[in-house]
Amino acid sequence: MTAATLPTAVPAESQEENPWARAWRRLRRRKGAMVGLAVVALFVLLAVFAPLVAPYDPTATSWSAVRKAPSWAHWMGTDEVGRDVLSRVLYGARASLSAGLVSVGIALGIGVPLGLLAGYAGGWIDSVLSRIVDAMLAVPFLILAIALAAFLGPSLTNAMIAIGVTATPIFVRLTRGQTIAAKVEDYVEAARAVGNPHWRIALRHVLPNIVPPLLVQASLAIAGAIIAEAALSFLGLGQQPPAPSWGSMLNSAQRFLANAPWMAFWPGFAIFFAVLSFNLLGDGLRDALDPRHR
Amino acid sequence: MTALLAVRDLAKHFPVRRGAFGLVSGHVRAVDGVDFDLAAGETLAIVGESGCGKSTVGRLVLRLIEPSVGSVRFEGEDLLALSDGDMRARRQHMQVIFQDPYASLNPRMTVGAMLGEPLMLHGLAKGEAARRARTAELLDLVGLRPDHARRYPHEFSGGQRQRLAIARALAVEPRLIVADEPVSALDVSIQAQVINLMRALQRRFGLAYIFISHDLAVVKHIADRIAVMYLGKIVETATTEELFRQPRHPYTRALLAAVPVPDPTVQRERALLEGDLPSAMAPPPGCRFHTRCPFLRDGCRSDVPALADDGTGHATACPWWREFPPAPTLAAARGPDRDRARLERLQAAFVSAQREAT
Repeated sequence: MTAATLPTAVPAESQEENPWARAWRRLRRRKGAMVGLAVVALFVLLAVFAPLVAPYDPTATSWSAVRKAPSWAHWMGTDEVGRDVLSRVLYGARASLSAGLVSVGIALGIGVPLGLLAGYAGGWIDSVLSRIVDAMLAVPFLILAIALAAFLGPSLTNAMIAIGVTATPIFVRLTRGQTIAAKVEDYVEAARAVGNPHWRIALRHVLPNIVPPLLVQASLAIAGAIIAEAALSFLGLGQQPPAPSWGSMLNSAQRFLANAPWMAFWPGFAIFFAVLSFNLLGDGLRDALDPRHR
Repeated sequence: MTALLAVRDLAKHFPVRRGAFGLVSGHVRAVDGVDFDLAAGETLAIVGESGCGKSTVGRLVLRLIEPSVGSVRFEGEDLLALSDGDMRARRQHMQVIFQDPYASLNPRMTVGAMLGEPLMLHGLAKGEAARRARTAELLDLVGLRPDHARRYPHEFSGGQRQRLAIARALAVEPRLIVADEPVSALDVSIQAQVINLMRALQRRFGLAYIFISHDLAVVKHIADRIAVMYLGKIVETATTEELFRQPRHPYTRALLAAVPVPDPTVQRERALLEGDLPSAMAPPPGCRFHTRCPFLRDGCRSDVPALADDGTGHATACPWWREFPPAPTLAAARGPDRDRARLERLQAAFVSAQREAT
């Protein structure tokens, strides 16, 4: 029998579907994840188009409209210097979402290469990196972020850097663990056998296979980063007045909780929904990307 | 003619680390002094039970694991002396096929990318068009279609995946392929297809195979020579025909006796081994097989037997094999006399049953 006469049947379903298309198909079946995705998309759109959507300038004060309850003129009311809360929530979404995305971007950018290096190289490199990660993880997340932000000085950019650096060790550890699991797979050994250099094995064969858990962790970390940014801004270490952020709005609202509760309610509501949506999306991604769930 | 591959005194001792400080508390002697030669175009099967070190030998030969001691000469060149970069270049001539085709293909790479990668790495097909043509040619060689190049591994069956693994190994036009249990994970009907494909490719390209297996029935089909391993050492090597005709080492005899024969009337010597494979961390002194050997002699506990060639290429690591009773060959147990006696007994039983019924 020659090779050419061998049967060549291929299962008819799943024609040329790449792994990402398959994950997307599975994600679409999950209601919670799709709700999360929709709300996230809505927040992103509102943040991007805030100048078009917002009815007022978020920093424009008005002494004739101080701490007014929600009305047709100010749907979410006004704050202690007469600024429109709705406009500030919309502009605040920019600070919160960009803090979430940028700080997780920083954490991924530092954490994934280090984790890949530690997991793939092993030996003393792994030992040194892992001990540093352990030391960082021994300090509570927010305490470390506050300490770093205070050290760098109060500004939104520094808050993002502080949150990003604080979130990095989780990504180092996750990437390292996944890399260690992936590098003993036969396909990695096969990649060595065909003559791949180590850097190419790490980037082309290991990394693509560990992206799913990283993606899940990233979406959950964005939620954590939004809270951290709110906390830092609440403490005055993040977004600086008069520019709005949900955290700093809560900070100024706390003094008027009794007589102007809407000042605290709306930014709190926004934080709650943004975090919930990212968590729903992350959980959905976890299920959709897990090969054991078919 | 120099051998394509010459392996001498190859050994791998894996350190075993215990406790919080990772202190080395012992070594697993997975492979402990293995010698063999392989000619171009030849198939050498390495057989043995799980844990005997046969897969480790395959990986050591390809330097996927670094040997503890020994030498591996490929076309006269000592592979173990090569730098990382030089070794990578030599990988063009030696390839590997793994047991599990579900694990050995990168799930996030298309078939085209997977087959194109070795071509790119070794500068074999320059340019996109040449690479695509070569990929199509490779798929055709293993009985798949060129348009399969756009697909991902999960879209193929186990047998097809193993063919993809073979195509990947062939991409660089190697002279040696180490096949580590290449059909053990496949259905029996698919096994035959893959074995036949491997044989056809061997004839066409003059490939040499190191065929690692625990399945003697498969090995008999494909191997020119067989090396039997036990606890990290080769205990017997011979041509396939000779080994099946006259197994000498007690371990080989036990292995062959365990091969199922598809004939329920065959009565055979049941030379079943007792006990488990001893730990490779503390192999028995003397002959490693002495703890389970049915022909145990006094010296076996202390003297390490050498693998002695009888001059015909049949080498046995047992000095006593001439004194053992001849091993029953697989077909001899069945004779015309026994069949006739059995038939008569059946007829007699039938007649007496009929007599009782009337």
